Amino acid sequence: MTDTVTTHGVPEGALPEPTPQQRPRRPHKLRAYPIFRVLVLTLTVLLFIAPLVWMVVASLKTNVDIYDPDKTFFFTPTLENYANVLGRNNYFVFIFNSFWVALWSTVFSLILGVPAAYAMSRFTMHRSAMVVLMARIIPGVSLLVPWYFIFANLRLVGGFGVLILSHMFVALPLIVYLMMSFFDSLPTELEDAAQVDGLTPIGAFLRITLPLSVPGLATAGILSFIFSWNNFMFALVLSGANTKTLPVAIFNFVSYASIDWGSLMSAAVIVTVPIMVIALFTQKYVVSGLTAGATKG
Amino acid sequence: MAVMVDTKVTAWKAYSTWANHHRKWLFAAPAMIFVGLLIAVPLAWTVYLSLTDAQGSVRAESKFVGIANYLKVFGDTERFWPAVLRTFMFTGGAVAAEMVLGMGIALLLWRPFKGEKWVRVAILMPLVATPVAVGMMWRLIFDPNIGFANQFLSWFGIPPQPWLSGQTTALPTLIFVDVWQWTPMIVLILLAGLTSLSEEPDEAARIDGASSWQRFRFVTLPLLRSTVIVAIVLRGIDALKTFDILYATKGKGGGSFHEVETLNVYAFGLSFDYNDYGIASTVLILFFLLIIAIMWMVTYRRKAEQ
Repeated sequence: MTDTVTTHGVPEGALPEPTPQQRPRRPHKLRAYPIFRVLVLTLTVLLFIAPLVWMVVASLKTNVDIYDPDKTFFFTPTLENYANVLGRNNYFVFIFNSFWVALWSTVFSLILGVPAAYAMSRFTMHRSAMVVLMARIIPGVSLLVPWYFIFANLRLVGGFGVLILSHMFVALPLIVYLMMSFFDSLPTELEDAAQVDGLTPIGAFLRITLPLSVPGLATAGILSFIFSWNNFMFALVLSGANTKTLPVAIFNFVSYASIDWGSLMSAAVIVTVPIMVIALFTQKYVVSGLTAGATKG
Repeated sequence: MAVMVDTKVTAWKAYSTWANHHRKWLFAAPAMIFVGLLIAVPLAWTVYLSLTDAQGSVRAESKFVGIANYLKVFGDTERFWPAVLRTFMFTGGAVAAEMVLGMGIALLLWRPFKGEKWVRVAILMPLVATPVAVGMMWRLIFDPNIGFANQFLSWFGIPPQPWLSGQTTALPTLIFVDVWQWTPMIVLILLAGLTSLSEEPDEAARIDGASSWQRFRFVTLPLLRSTVIVAIVLRGIDALKTFDILYATKGKGGGSFHEVETLNVYAFGLSFDYNDYGIASTVLILFFLLIIAIMWMVTYRRKAEQ
């Protein structure tokens, strides 16, 4: 490893003027570092974004253009693929299904998960928390066979109910995990003060703690919505013709001999872009959710 | 004073007192019952199925066969053990690459600079993208005939590669896809850890004349240890269970030569493509035990070190 690769990246101006003894051994490398950093980070951004841009570009090409190497970058954009996917393949239904399942699995998981996380945080119920968090470790396939059997007997397979329940299996542990670390970091003084002023403990939770927890609730809700929207395996088995979600609909695109790349890419854009826009506007919450628990011992 | 109202109020008060007294379990129980019903019961069922010869239809009669399935699976060198190996290769390769790259990018992003916001937004995008769509996207890019990957290579005179359709190249290509999608998560976790570090130890080492590498290796990395372990555990669990991109790019059985068939894909195929529930449950139980063992090892080592 050379110095430049691992330097911590303090821009020259940000440091107090170094005295001669403090000066790093190879100052010229330090001066090269800002340029190196900009170059590498630009390349990084390019590598992470370019494939997504490529997906959008391909969705705007006709299939003839996709097969033509001369038209890699220069082509006449067309919305034909989108018209095809939204019109003939009726993707509006799948968009609604994905949205509906994600919405209700998030809402129900919040209703069940937030009070549980509160109790587990305030009463330090570590063993109970472990039980809920087990759901994050278990491979989903191992639950699918029994679920399928139970729900098939109850004639529920193919309805929204099973899909919402199965997505809650992902959302609930996530919400409990996130909200527990949120409540852990929330001071209890205000709750205590409210109880001194005559509120019951449950009243204090509902009227003091919950309003204070809006950032945490937003984080948990957004992440659980994203995870549900992106979920593929449960819907692949448990959804019916009328409740198919977007990821399953996209997967069904390729079960034929030849692939309609243009339409496939526009379908991929349709499923990915809404979630990216949500993430863009709620970036702070998404990041804090993804990194929750990272800095605890 | 109306007696009716009085009893109602007293009843409400009694109920409220009871609820507040038992709020610990009142709050926690619904979630735990839900999880218990949706997990404990199915899991017990899976254990039971693994001891039977259940096959064909979930309603079909099945016989109790004891540990026969386990013996069969352990002796299966054609599908089971290669799948175990692939699971380890995929997880090990992906997590190792993600940790190294993630650490590099996190260090580059550590100190504030202009345009930092844009880099953060950019790396968040792969992370939230729908895995199935991501799989399809890379499937087009890596298409041997029309994909951009081979076109790109041709600019440098490198011959076209089979990528996803090659028997030996498919798994490394999918590791690449996983690295593309999940390195940002490692970056974000490590960055959160780095930001919470105090600057003094680093400063002290700098004044003592330590090189950048020495400061990273002997100051930052040890301080960051618990964050690194959290990142490995979180990513490791998900990488072991990777399903979406594998199934979306290679379909049933992990391709015609089972070249990307990991334990999860194998178990899914046994369950829903071949309806071989007995064997599938056996594979799943073993898979589950494997995950727990790995997690236990990682967290146990961590506790032992503390």
